[in-house]
Amino acid sequence: MTTPEPQQPLVPTAGQTIGPFYGFALSYERDHELVPPAAAGAVRLHGTVFDGNGVPVPDALLEIRQADPSGRIPRVEGSIRRDGTVFTGWGRCATDPGGRFSFTTLEPGRTDQGAAPFFAVSVFARGLLNRLFTRAYLPGDEQALAGDRLLGSVSPERRGTLVAGRDDDGSLRFDIWLQGERETVFLAFPRHGR
Amino acid sequence: MDTQAAIDQEIAGIHADSDVEETQPRLDFAPYRSSVLRHPTKDLHHADPEAVELVAPVFGHSDVDPLEADLTLQPGGEPIGERIRVTGRVLDGDGRPVRGQLIEVWQANAAGRYIHKRDQHHAPMDPHFTGVGRCLTGEDGSYSFTTIKPGPYPWRNHTNAWRPAHIHFSLFGSEFTQRMITQMYFPGDPLFPFDPILQAVTQQEARDRLVAAYEHSLSVHEWLLGYRWDIVLTGAHATLMESDDDHA
Repeated sequence: MTTPEPQQPLVPTAGQTIGPFYGFALSYERDHELVPPAAAGAVRLHGTVFDGNGVPVPDALLEIRQADPSGRIPRVEGSIRRDGTVFTGWGRCATDPGGRFSFTTLEPGRTDQGAAPFFAVSVFARGLLNRLFTRAYLPGDEQALAGDRLLGSVSPERRGTLVAGRDDDGSLRFDIWLQGERETVFLAFPRHGR
Repeated sequence: MDTQAAIDQEIAGIHADSDVEETQPRLDFAPYRSSVLRHPTKDLHHADPEAVELVAPVFGHSDVDPLEADLTLQPGGEPIGERIRVTGRVLDGDGRPVRGQLIEVWQANAAGRYIHKRDQHHAPMDPHFTGVGRCLTGEDGSYSFTTIKPGPYPWRNHTNAWRPAHIHFSLFGSEFTQRMITQMYFPGDPLFPFDPILQAVTQQEARDRLVAAYEHSLSVHEWLLGYRWDIVLTGAHATLMESDDDHA
């Protein structure tokens, strides 16, 4: 880390909704392809965003941030103009008219003791006044999931909203429920304010 | 659809119940009708960030061309409207500049029309304006966009609903947890009190921080008008944990 400069706590600027008209500004060619679909180890992370009535949300935008399979967190540019060879560990996907999103990526490795591997996810939508954060954990390694700090702090009945499912074809399935009985667990980090 | 008076009354009722600690918009803010089914009803779950959440994505000169900071540079001709420059700094919650990071902006044209295909507003398109810009912040966290002042536009939240003129800003910090999207407004806009999106920020001081300042020294002789708007992201964790033991 760089040497801290003189510090003075400042009040964070308020967020506002992404609104309906971001598509022409925030979408890039292959923004959702962290690796090309034919790349070795490529996996699909996909799902649907639902509102409180279970209706798909066609104007949401998701971003993911992740480690590579070895647990290394990439700090390299190239997400906006992908060259197909650099893994940047960041991607963006707008939902389609059916509320669906789909990333092509690699499965993240473990980065921390006491934490199971996951995709960090941020969610934006028309009607959503500020961004939401959540996590999509990799399924399968029950021991890692059972030992995860965050999952252990979530009530058992809601824990499942944070863990992706595995489709028959190997894809990862992660639906997001903005509201309601199946509401996804969304996260607040220290210093976020309210 | 509801009347503006009904919306105003709802907003006033919610504001009366808010407190000064609130700096962010309410997620549950019924006067903004689209939020009703799109806000979590359960409390956000407190989490300590893990390593991947402490590292923002990285963008660089292979991602962004410096010319993308000038929204008035369009093939074929200049856009119509009031040419402006919006400049400022992106800081984290401790006042440190956010360096070399991506800012994305988008906006309506001078007539209040977005290029987006779903924008049905009966206002003219401008063939020389897309309303999309990008830049990387400088070493001091500074940014500068040259653009056209966007117009206000109607929407269907309620009868005679109008959005104040605004520019959308998408921002990254040094950590994934600092990610945010917001809107910058222009000083003195008479539509502020009627807008449920701005009023979802319940405190006047917090709303004021979303409004740019006109700064005459930024205006350029016979060329453009200058506005200043600084953006503060939430505090970073990585440095805090190294330099400050009493965080909660």
